[in-house]
Amino acid sequence: MKTVKVLGSGCRKCKKTADLIRVVAAQLDIDIELIKETDASTIMAYGVMSTPAVVVDEKVVSSGYIPQPGDIRRWLVP
Amino acid sequence: MLQIFTHLANWLTYDLLGLQADTRLGIALHFFVEDVSKIFALLIVMIYVIALLRASLNVERVRDFLAGKHRGMGYFLGSVFGAVTPFCSCSSIPVFLGFTSAGIPVGITMAFLLTSPLINEVAVLLLLSLLGWKFTLLYITVGMAVGILGGRFLDAIRAERWLQSFAAKALESAHQDAYKSATGYTAATERLSYLDRHRFARNETLEIFLRVWKWVILGVGLGACLHGFVPDGWIETHLGAGQWWSVPAAVLLGIPLYSNATGVIPVMESLIVNGLPVGTTMAFCMSTVAASFPEFILLKQVMQWRLLVTVFFMLLVAFTIIGWTLNALSPYL
Repeated sequence: MKTVKVLGSGCRKCKKTADLIRVVAAQLDIDIELIKETDASTIMAYGVMSTPAVVVDEKVVSSGYIPQPGDIRRWLVP
Repeated sequence: MLQIFTHLANWLTYDLLGLQADTRLGIALHFFVEDVSKIFALLIVMIYVIALLRASLNVERVRDFLAGKHRGMGYFLGSVFGAVTPFCSCSSIPVFLGFTSAGIPVGITMAFLLTSPLINEVAVLLLLSLLGWKFTLLYITVGMAVGILGGRFLDAIRAERWLQSFAAKALESAHQDAYKSATGYTAATERLSYLDRHRFARNETLEIFLRVWKWVILGVGLGACLHGFVPDGWIETHLGAGQWWSVPAAVLLGIPLYSNATGVIPVMESLIVNGLPVGTTMAFCMSTVAASFPEFILLKQVMQWRLLVTVFFMLLVAFTIIGWTLNALSPYL
């Protein structure tokens, strides 16, 4: 099972990103663990400077924008 | 070209609703329709075009550029990049930490973060079209001065003492081992295709427009009321440059109000047109834009109370001084 983290301070864009990932995962029928990471020092540890950022299995895959459903599909399907 | 909005307002107010051009309601409504339609059109076109151009500028690039720059130049550059780099205010904290862990001094980082909400290209273009180039230049100068001098001041009082401990540690360790840009994620630096740029610009336009439209309505609505219902000269007599307390009062009033620069400019226009002194208007608007509680609560994550309160008072004092100075100088402007 993939672990997906959404990094961000909890702003509107971050919530949208998390919701979108949940929807796409459900469409693809993939089980994921979705974690919202809001702690500043943890976000810093990933070296991310613009939020929302998405981390899939500990790898940063996007930062600074709400991803497109196509992006998310690519991250979730190996 | 902008005449089309006057025609629209003429048609709607006088022809369709049958109001008279010399009644208060007629004047107010005409002003409202003309300004709202003009500002909405300008906003949508300008945000899109500018976003297309600046799509490839991001905070990661700015960080790499600022790291290791000479201090004196650093404040200035920090402020310039704060003005032109697009980033959502909800990213202030990661940006602060990203800069800090690259060893960039707190003052330079704050020059970036303080200037950023005050000046952005959309605001500048809106100012140009509503209030003319002189006022625009004044606004930019003052906004950048706040960032640069504020940054210098924070370094002078050694603000880094009052960071939260993990942020202070990050700054220190960055000074020990020379900065490596290989700290985790580096944003994609490949060239953006036209489609990427369009996507970015479309999202920006939508995002910014949805955030500011209500402020435009509110600002212009306020202006329209002043325009139609408050007698000419009333503001000048009662809130003019002669009343010294009106500037600090304007700054304090601006704190609980929160808007971004784009939304506050229509308010600014209506206040100035109705005779509020330039300095008082500027102090009020900058306080609305730059000193906001939500932002400060976010900053609490990386700063101790002492620093937070210092920054807050620094801004209040700065805006008040700006207001008084500009009011005193306004006969010569």
